[in-house]
Amino acid sequence: MDVLIYLIPAALFLGLLGLAAFLWALKSGQFEDLDGAAERILFDDEDDAPPPVRDDDR
Amino acid sequence: MADMALAGAPSPEIPAAYVRPLEDGEASVNFVVDGVHCGGCVRRVERAVQGLAGVTRGRLNLSTKRLNVCFDPQQVSADEIAGAVIGTGYGARPFDPRALETQQARDERELMIAMGVAGFAAANVMLLSVSVWAGHAGGMEASTRDMFHWISALIALPAIVFSGRPFFRSAARALRAGAMNMDVPISLAVILAAGMSLSETIAGAQHVYFDASVMLLFFLLIGRTLDMKMRARAALAAQNLLALRADAAMVIGDDGVARAMPVETLAPGMVVAVAAGQRVAADGVVTLGRSDLDTSLITGETAPVSVAPGTQVYAGTLNMSGPLQVEVTAGDDETLLSEIVRLMEAAEQGRDRFVRIADKAARLYAPTVHILAAATFLGWWLLGGLPWDGSLKIAIAVLIITCPCALGLAVPVVHVVASGRLLARGVLLKSSDALERLVQVDTLVFDKTGTLTKGTLALVHDGVDAMALEQAATLARASSHPLSRALVRAAGDGPTAEAVSEHPGQGLMGEINGVPARLGNADFVGADLQADAGGPEIWFRLGETAPRRFAFEDELRVDAAQVVSWATARGLNVLLLSGDRPQTVAAIAREAGIADFEGGMMPQDKIARLETLAAAGAHVLMVGDGLNDAPALAAAHVSMSPASGADVSQAAADLVFQGERLAPVTVALDIARSSQRLVLQNFGLSLAYNAIAVPIAVAGFVTPLIAAVAMSSSSILVTLNALRLRMGKAGIDDGRNR
Repeated sequence: MDVLIYLIPAALFLGLLGLAAFLWALKSGQFEDLDGAAERILFDDEDDAPPPVRDDDR
Repeated sequence: MADMALAGAPSPEIPAAYVRPLEDGEASVNFVVDGVHCGGCVRRVERAVQGLAGVTRGRLNLSTKRLNVCFDPQQVSADEIAGAVIGTGYGARPFDPRALETQQARDERELMIAMGVAGFAAANVMLLSVSVWAGHAGGMEASTRDMFHWISALIALPAIVFSGRPFFRSAARALRAGAMNMDVPISLAVILAAGMSLSETIAGAQHVYFDASVMLLFFLLIGRTLDMKMRARAALAAQNLLALRADAAMVIGDDGVARAMPVETLAPGMVVAVAAGQRVAADGVVTLGRSDLDTSLITGETAPVSVAPGTQVYAGTLNMSGPLQVEVTAGDDETLLSEIVRLMEAAEQGRDRFVRIADKAARLYAPTVHILAAATFLGWWLLGGLPWDGSLKIAIAVLIITCPCALGLAVPVVHVVASGRLLARGVLLKSSDALERLVQVDTLVFDKTGTLTKGTLALVHDGVDAMALEQAATLARASSHPLSRALVRAAGDGPTAEAVSEHPGQGLMGEINGVPARLGNADFVGADLQADAGGPEIWFRLGETAPRRFAFEDELRVDAAQVVSWATARGLNVLLLSGDRPQTVAAIAREAGIADFEGGMMPQDKIARLETLAAAGAHVLMVGDGLNDAPALAAAHVSMSPASGADVSQAAADLVFQGERLAPVTVALDIARSSQRLVLQNFGLSLAYNAIAVPIAVAGFVTPLIAAVAMSSSSILVTLNALRLRMGKAGIDDGRNR
């Protein structure tokens, strides 16, 4: 059962990683325009990085 | 000449208050962009804006139709940016940045973060719990089990404190007001379950309920977030509406110089200049110039109205042909437009009495659960002979097992599936309880222009001489007046007459093969005025020949009659209420097959009529598009507006539909009915589950494993049931039915 000492932290870390990814996506505005995101993927020349977050987005 | 006036529509002057300075010396301005509906639109608008020197960021949000531009004020002005957007063919209205910071947006964000945290906690605690349950059978050592319980506590407790806040806050608010809502039993169950689990963990006991409490929070937060998303969409449309009045007005000072001023600062006595292509900023009287006004926003009339010095004009009407000067007679908050917005707000108040089905369920549910848990506790303690802490554990298990996991999902999941299905058929659901209200509808009230009809004018071909039509069209091709355009549409391509001049508010003059010709109103061409047959008309006279009349009519939507008969077959009462001339209304009503109609109605008359209907016990679905319909839309039990309608009506309506057809009205009614059926089924499922689980809990046989299985299985069952809504047919087939 000693292996638990590694496995539990590993599982928690992976879970936290997922949570952090979700919070990051939320903060960087990726849920702001779901309709637009569906269309933008079809733009050929578009820089598909998320928009820089500015104060005025809130 | 008129074409030029339209193409060169001056870019609106942006009041300084709408431009916000940023820290790095740049500035930011927000617009609501009208008419964007696809990725192509987004790209065109963004390209146009980003192509300007000095613009550092131009991002158009397709969901909200809002464009945010960051720019260097040294290099480019907000006016030029607005001009660039308008140049691409979309409307750009400056938007007050203060309106962006809404409580709603913050709440939605908080809910999503809480949901993420609860989801993380639920997944990890469940991982540990499953090991413990397996351990019960497989001989896990007590020390390992205790360690797992402690780790669960470490994850679950902070997560509950964090993610439970929306529920705790709302429960506290309800209790302070002496009321009871769904969040009270939820908060109680979550807090008691966590508290009991902590004390059991400390005591090294076998059963803890951390997994149940975080899973409960997670499921409920999903339901809550879905619900919030639906509400946010409705609020958004209302905010965009505020921008409708945010235009600036060109005020002519005593020195004769025109300056841009925010509309709010207009006062009676000021003189404002209204260029062709601009909207009139305030109610007033024309002092200089002649033109035609598109008043469809206010009256719903399709035909333009001629104005000359002395004519009363209203804010929100569109100046089409010549420049005007208007003396303001009413300040910004006294205009007809403001009056309509006020009427609308007042009408909306009346709707608050509607109680959503989920709230009705909560009113029954909360006291029942509390009494049940209290009875269990007292029963075991006083009659069953258990010590008080043992009885409390069983009572808490009852609270956990009855917790409205499935109940919390029963309504939002159905509504989300329904709104997805509606969207696929071109109907945007704006208010989350509209579906419930649609079910009760027994009366259908239509507006005429733009709702029952397409809202565009078409030439009446009866008795029209082809030769005269072609000659008239040569004049009409030089004009952008809606009647001229309609005439050209009927005549097709061809030459343009020579020396055409446009006389705003009257007509066109020119030469055809050297013969002077006139096209315009009866007065302008010298025709007899007594020959008024009603409806929009235009007269043509070549030289000294007899004047010829061209009549126009608004075409019925192709499936209008079909929709009316569908509704009648369903036993719905169908009415037509319009602000247009009674003769025109009667003609349209006959064509659509509506027996009950009334014309010449002002917005107040429509509201009064709706109130009479409501007082008689009718539940009205109002379908309308113009600004003049907006108060009636807000006053009706439930309302729909076409996407081509005025923004205000779209904001006031519960549902917005797209396309050339009226079939979406039938689709919405059908989907509302089937979703109501599914909601009731879901409540039935939750009840059935409770009927089985509650006796087990009261008897004291519930373990965390049973609680977890019951909770997740009932939630999944309810969700799967909701998905059934995607099957089956709805409404009249409009080619989009799957």
